[in-house]
Amino acid sequence: MTALARSIGIRLGQAIGLLLAVVVVVFLLIQIAPGDAALYLAGEQGVGDAEFLAKIRADYGLDQPLLVQLGTYIGNVAQLDLGNSTYFGDPVLGLILERLLATVLLAGAALLFAVVIGVALGVFTARRPESPASHGVTVMSLVGFATPVFWLALMFIVVFAAKWGVLPVGGIEDVRYEGNWLGETIDTLQHLILPAISLGIIYLAIYSRLARASMLEVLESDYIRTARAKGAHERVVVYKHALRNGIIPVVTAAGLQIGNLLSGALRVEFVFAWPGIGQLMISSIFRRDSPMVVGIVIFSAAMVILANLLTDLVYRLIDPRIRVGGTR
Amino acid sequence: MTDLGIAIESSVETGGRGAFRMFLRNKPAVVGSVVFIIIVLVTIFGPGMYGTEAHKMAAGPFLGPGDDAGPLLGTDYLGRDILAGVITGGRTTLFVAAVAGALSMGLGLVVGSLAGYFGGWIDALLMRFTEIFQAMPSLLFSLVLIYLIGPGTWKETLAIGVTMWALPARLTRAEFLRLREMEFVKASRAIGSTDLRIMTRTILPNAMPPLLVAATLLVVIAVLFHAGLAFLGMVDINTVSWGSIMGKNRGYTLTAWWTVAFPGLAIVATGLSIALIGDGLQDAFNPKLRGR
Repeated sequence: MTALARSIGIRLGQAIGLLLAVVVVVFLLIQIAPGDAALYLAGEQGVGDAEFLAKIRADYGLDQPLLVQLGTYIGNVAQLDLGNSTYFGDPVLGLILERLLATVLLAGAALLFAVVIGVALGVFTARRPESPASHGVTVMSLVGFATPVFWLALMFIVVFAAKWGVLPVGGIEDVRYEGNWLGETIDTLQHLILPAISLGIIYLAIYSRLARASMLEVLESDYIRTARAKGAHERVVVYKHALRNGIIPVVTAAGLQIGNLLSGALRVEFVFAWPGIGQLMISSIFRRDSPMVVGIVIFSAAMVILANLLTDLVYRLIDPRIRVGGTR
Repeated sequence: MTDLGIAIESSVETGGRGAFRMFLRNKPAVVGSVVFIIIVLVTIFGPGMYGTEAHKMAAGPFLGPGDDAGPLLGTDYLGRDILAGVITGGRTTLFVAAVAGALSMGLGLVVGSLAGYFGGWIDALLMRFTEIFQAMPSLLFSLVLIYLIGPGTWKETLAIGVTMWALPARLTRAEFLRLREMEFVKASRAIGSTDLRIMTRTILPNAMPPLLVAATLLVVIAVLFHAGLAFLGMVDINTVSWGSIMGKNRGYTLTAWWTVAFPGLAIVATGLSIALIGDGLQDAFNPKLRGR
């Protein structure tokens, strides 16, 4: 086995262990929280005598010792069984997967927008550190950091949807285009613009500053001076030599902020009535649909762990220095 | 590593009084501090001086800002005064953000310093534990906590503080790892200082600059966090806060933009002023990174 394969194997094992730990923590939190599940379930049925409560406890395994319950729970999660939604009556995982595409579309579009424009802005301003545009990036990153994403989303709706009427207010599709795939695609993209930009602009603010700082540092390094000294064209120096190293912090931040991005997507989905996982989470909380709420948290944690794992693996492939050792 | 060495020396030279002078010379940071102080004073004394209560009907519904018949910033769908809401709305949010920030900072300091100072299996164990909290998206996690323990100012503070401590923990650990090998720490150990004394008296003061900057960031994040929870209607419905005003008026955004715009601007002003203070501290402690 090569060193690379072994280190990937270790990382994979750590990721699975981490997910297991998340499941245990969530399970314990539910135990600590006040309230008796059997009493709640009985309340739903409108019956409350002791015999019925005992039957519920037996049916749901609530009379078992805590460790046995935990074992059963972990076993179920391992078999991809997150329980059934008390509101829909269907398996939680299926309901989440139905809405996954919408969330991935929103978060992916926002991330793409933020990284591409952010890096471009960062490179542009790093070459002119004292220009107004450069100071503009600093100011914008501070404002972006302090702005609530849902407020920005609402203001976008006021300007672009209500005042100018150029883009749809919310939702993901218009019934007008049903059956016409080209119309449907264009329609969905139109619905995507405002939510994706509202979410992405916050990250754009962060990434442009990060890219600028890292490019400034890279452009001062010895190997760039060497490249310039040997007569390489400035464009080659910046885009071929410097950008490769300058982009690393942005990739790191983007990979580590997937969880953060999901949290942001949740608020944006709420504002734009975007039918994703965040929307489902909020309505499930109001319906007190516990299996759904817990399922979404575990599922999102799995997505974050997966994203971090992928970032790590991509690193090992890009940068030979961290291929064998740890990144931290 | 030479880079780090230079940075430490310069931050030692400018530390304390010098850093404070640097901070005062930084215009954006001074503006941020002044704005923040004004916001805090308005939140404390404003509601009493303004008189109108934020949750009571003050005039007709949907009066626009500057409308002669109504208050300065207009009214919402129930005729509640938006200006009164903006003045009052900061109380809970700022309180929760400050306490949650302190809570997460405290947790992070304890976990991070133990991990960084002792290293070995203690470090490995504590860092694995930290990763569990990093894996759960913070807003989802605090939503679940509030779902489980219920709303209320202290519970909201707990639910926010508990989700944010991974960042200060990692930062503290990194600082302790770096500092514990320095000469002055070895000297302290050589004269027989206890571990606790080395951690709190020798290493911690030198680790403070980046941690102070992180603390300001945490407060900004907590402000946005509480506003977000209030906007989603997940906090105590009886308290008026910037986020809750926006959440309640969300359905009327298209007709009455001012009901949402002004509370949001108050959040941006608060967050920005704290962020500017943090930026000023960063520059003051570490002049080498100025402007980046």
